[in-house]
Amino acid sequence: MGELRFDHVSKQFSGTERPAVDDCSLTVEDGKFIVLLGPSGCGKTTLLKMVNRLYDPTAGTIYLDNKDIQQSNVTGLRRQIGYVIQQTGLFPHMTVAQNISVVPDLLRWDKARMQARVDELLDLVHLPPAQYRDRYPSQLSGGQQQRVGVARALAGDPQLILMDEPFGAIDAITRLSLQDETLKLQRQLRKTILFVTHDVDEALRLADKIVIMRHGKIVQYDTPLAILSQPADDFVNELVGGGDMVRQLGLVRVELAMQPLPPNFQLDGQPTIAGDQSLREALSHLLRNDVEALVVTDNRVPVGLLQMDDLRIGDPRSSQSHAVAPRQEIA
Amino acid sequence: MRYLINNPDKVLELLGEHLVMAGTALVISILIALPLSVLLAKWPRLATLVMGVLGALYTIPSIALLILLLPVFGLNQRSVIVALIIYTQIILVRNLVAGLNGVPATMLEAAKGMGMNGWQRWSRVQLPLAMPVILAGVRLAMVVAIAIATIGAKFGAGGLGTLLFEGIAQNRYDKILAGSLVVALTALIANALLLRLESRFTVEKRIARAARRQRIQAGNEAAQVA
Repeated sequence: MGELRFDHVSKQFSGTERPAVDDCSLTVEDGKFIVLLGPSGCGKTTLLKMVNRLYDPTAGTIYLDNKDIQQSNVTGLRRQIGYVIQQTGLFPHMTVAQNISVVPDLLRWDKARMQARVDELLDLVHLPPAQYRDRYPSQLSGGQQQRVGVARALAGDPQLILMDEPFGAIDAITRLSLQDETLKLQRQLRKTILFVTHDVDEALRLADKIVIMRHGKIVQYDTPLAILSQPADDFVNELVGGGDMVRQLGLVRVELAMQPLPPNFQLDGQPTIAGDQSLREALSHLLRNDVEALVVTDNRVPVGLLQMDDLRIGDPRSSQSHAVAPRQEIA
Repeated sequence: MRYLINNPDKVLELLGEHLVMAGTALVISILIALPLSVLLAKWPRLATLVMGVLGALYTIPSIALLILLLPVFGLNQRSVIVALIIYTQIILVRNLVAGLNGVPATMLEAAKGMGMNGWQRWSRVQLPLAMPVILAGVRLAMVVAIAIATIGAKFGAGGLGTLLFEGIAQNRYDKILAGSLVVALTALIANALLLRLESRFTVEKRIARAARRQRIQAGNEAAQVA
């Protein structure tokens, strides 16, 4: 549940010269965090909004779990897809609890189940229910509003969640912590997330795979590491700040660059690093401890090995061997 | 004042007639304005046209309009009610359209993206958010209706205007004063009541009330502990 496939999808708005989305084909695997990245007007938001049929494609087909979405009931489809937009999307005349209950209410859940769900979700996004349940959006900070927005999108327990520049209007520090929490949440819940942004750092930090778009076309669809090491063209290279190695290292997670553990590996006092740390932190660990390799851990369980060579993300020779390691299930 | 004290039955009867006239007109007017404004909010070009016509009707002096309506509806309350509907229509429609259009498009798209159908978007998001502006229009329309209904007495519709016109004919200042006073008070009270209703729908006011409740509750709990 949650696999999404675009098959030669185009969207031409009437009265425009070129299509906003131009013949895009793309498969999003279930449970992956996919970021649509590109300059404004590149068609990323249009592509996103075709998934919950706020727009309908003028050509091509979109499949959700191998079912043509045009064949399903449109409001039914939307209710089974989570949708997060910038914080203006919260309804100001409803309390936090009422906002979160919108989709469950549309799905006709009973009162007790809705209340339990609201509290469960508020806990999940770290807003104590007793304190926040009955507040109105205007009584929350921008970051808190956005958390409620995420909780609201999760309310109907959708397997697919669409996020349209959700952190665009939020200050840099809050944005970092929201990105962090979103990533943790995704690992915990294993939802398929389609996330639109024009912020390259955000894309590199969050994505399992990035879709880079320009003029309505998909320029490259690959892992952050592969995009940094083998940009498809000059446009991509410039977009991701090719050449600034230190900055790039700061944006890629260790787990995306590590190698599998040798068989019968035993942790024996070697220096370790958590999988969600950045390669830049790994580099500083390597230099400080004066070692050749770090053991990568996830929840203190060793999951991989990171060597100095693995940091050469700009070098195509090293990146050939990088397979994206599957994320370890959290017990 | 003496007239009021000596003739409470007559004044109350006239007040009743007056309120029935203004109230009936307002209810019918709202029932027309609601669907009309939904239509106009969707088609701005149609709005310009319809608002122009309604605005022009609003400028016709009330006596002239009533005289025009008499041949159609007769010398009774009906003519007056129709006139009131015509006058209040522009006020209601203008506020309704402004209220509905004042709801940000992104919010309606969010509602749509979450799976609300057209009716749910209107009744759960657009209408409640537009409510304060709409009720401001209803309030203004109510006051206008109460004021204009006064001349209904000249056209056989009764109401508080009866006191004024009798007073003028009989040179009775006490009657004129009593009539004016009751009309003014009625308008003021209607205004105050609708203002209260309006504040129920204003989010800021709702937050303030909730905060007050919480404080009282906290106070009670503290008192119990003590």
